Amino acid sequence: MLEKALSGKSGYWAWILFLLGMISIGGLFYVYQYINGLGVTGMSRDVSWGLYIGQFTFMVGVAAGGVMLVLPYYIHDYKAFGKITILGEFMAIAAIAMCIMFITADLGQPLRILNVILHPTPNSMLFWDMLVLNGYLFLNVIIGWVVLNSEYKDVPPPKWTKPLIYLSIPFAVGIHTVTAFLYCGLPGRHYWLTAILAPRFLASAFAAGPSLLLLIALLLKRVANFDAGDKAIQKLGTIITYAALLNFFFLGLEFFVGYYSQLPGHMHTLDYLFFGLHGYDNLVAPMQFSVFIGMTATILMLFPQFKKSHRNLAIAAGMIFTSLFIDKGVGLVLGGFVPNPFERVTEYYPTVPEIAIVLAVWSAGALILTVLYKIAVTVKNQNA
Amino acid sequence: MDVKRRKFLKIAGLSAVAGVAAPSAFNMLLKGDAVASSGGGHAEKTENTGHAAKAEPKGIQYGLVIDVKKITHTKGLAEKCIDACHTEHNVPDFGNPKDEIKWLWVDDYEHSFPEHSHHQKNDALHEMQFMLLCNHCEKPSCVRACPTKATFKNKDGIVMMDYHRCIGCRFCMAACPYGARSFNWRNPREQYANGNFKFYKKPLNPEFPTRMRGVVEKCNFCAKRLSKGMMPSCVEACGNTGAMVFGDINDPKSEISKVLRENYTIQRKPASGTYPSVFYII
Repeated sequence: MLEKALSGKSGYWAWILFLLGMISIGGLFYVYQYINGLGVTGMSRDVSWGLYIGQFTFMVGVAAGGVMLVLPYYIHDYKAFGKITILGEFMAIAAIAMCIMFITADLGQPLRILNVILHPTPNSMLFWDMLVLNGYLFLNVIIGWVVLNSEYKDVPPPKWTKPLIYLSIPFAVGIHTVTAFLYCGLPGRHYWLTAILAPRFLASAFAAGPSLLLLIALLLKRVANFDAGDKAIQKLGTIITYAALLNFFFLGLEFFVGYYSQLPGHMHTLDYLFFGLHGYDNLVAPMQFSVFIGMTATILMLFPQFKKSHRNLAIAAGMIFTSLFIDKGVGLVLGGFVPNPFERVTEYYPTVPEIAIVLAVWSAGALILTVLYKIAVTVKNQNA
Repeated sequence: MDVKRRKFLKIAGLSAVAGVAAPSAFNMLLKGDAVASSGGGHAEKTENTGHAAKAEPKGIQYGLVIDVKKITHTKGLAEKCIDACHTEHNVPDFGNPKDEIKWLWVDDYEHSFPEHSHHQKNDALHEMQFMLLCNHCEKPSCVRACPTKATFKNKDGIVMMDYHRCIGCRFCMAACPYGARSFNWRNPREQYANGNFKFYKKPLNPEFPTRMRGVVEKCNFCAKRLSKGMMPSCVEACGNTGAMVFGDINDPKSEISKVLRENYTIQRKPASGTYPSVFYII
């Protein structure tokens, strides 16, 4: 089936070339970082994780979001998702590949990454995160490829894929739960030390992943002559709405616990992120913007008349995706570090190499996604 | 009927095994040192009864008592200690706060004990110099977080770093509630054209290795000196001022135990539940 990715219109090739260009630029900056060390990033002794780990955390959510199609289709036999379930699975592959690239970019000694496997350490949450992430990646690669290949050959998918599909559902929940455990199991960082972090992660994942899928599905209708069907699009909209509602409800709970308890440690980060702390406020504008656009879009989505138009849906999904990207990809990780445990504030600004590397990883993810979707859409359209 | 019963017994037996095994497996997961102490079995503790309450101590646990008044009132003593430590261990000095690496440093009361509140400012207290370093906790959260056992607890209670094992993920830095860990953001050695290395800060102590970029480092209680029967270099730098007392806090007959019994001491962030082995007399 791979050959399906090798033929396309000029627009397709221009897009591929653009992504390859972005990857090359970021790749050069990575070589620069590799030679000079992570000192070329904006990270410091106080803010020891930055954009890379933030993006990793967000992309784990996007990967987990794919399950919102797999689950209704395979468990509840929701036929309308039949055409796009494969898109969810392939999105998860691209997202996890990005996660692995972000982690690698963040390591001080990337050549030693195998130490995590050579010296398995069950008391470290990072060990478990590696297991579930790789497990979910392999499951999606196998399921996605075999099921699509069966469709290509016009035969029913082999029976052995069923248990793997069922297994992929707890794995999707698992990748984001364990990623939340990376943060919420640490003493001394109040912003992360909250039992609702894993639920918050899942709610934002189940809104962000389907939002991206909805956008891609609408895009594919325009550029690839692939129609997911209005029923599926509308259902995606509903899933996004409820997940986003839960996400903002959970965020509200954090505010209540912080400000009603008046516990200084719990208030400091919220202060810093949303209102400014001792004059430090470099994240206030983005964080307020994030809550504003996210909540506006969620409320609009509650109106059936609004949701009917695909254009409106695309705008709302874009707003929710951006909102959650800021909240989780930037605010969550930095919030845990910037007011440090000793009530000192060291702010963080990403550097040019750091941003270029992040863009390269996004481009690499988009490239994987494009190639996989090209294959999937060609097969689907051919059989339609 | 028979088949059903056999099936039931099978399931019941399996559940019983799982039920017995699960709690101990979970405990092992929680105790970072259970697996990570490949160097030797650190004494396990029974459950604690409350904040800062401790069960019967077992094994060696090295600790340090710092008399803050003596440090503050002996001019230049803090700087002398820091210099002794940083020279001994080739701690690089990049001259900027972003890339800073520190094993032993000074801070004020407010930022050393942020959770202690006072109504009126006690001037004497607020002018004191608090020497801060790795606390060599009894239950270190950094050891629990490390995915490669590059950070582990020695049988003498010292939290050690294996610089060659570290992948530079900096999970331990996020996990440490005391900010005791530094990362080599830059290469502490400069390379000459001929391939030889020059260390960033002179003089170089050939007795202790320099690090490479991309790994975490921190105070190791001078484990190498201890093995030769010497005191940690900061304690040695204090001379006979008595500003620092080092020893086994689990040995009731040690000098440090005597000092701990006779003085009111405080630890940093006791609510973190890591049981720091560094104590301050105020």
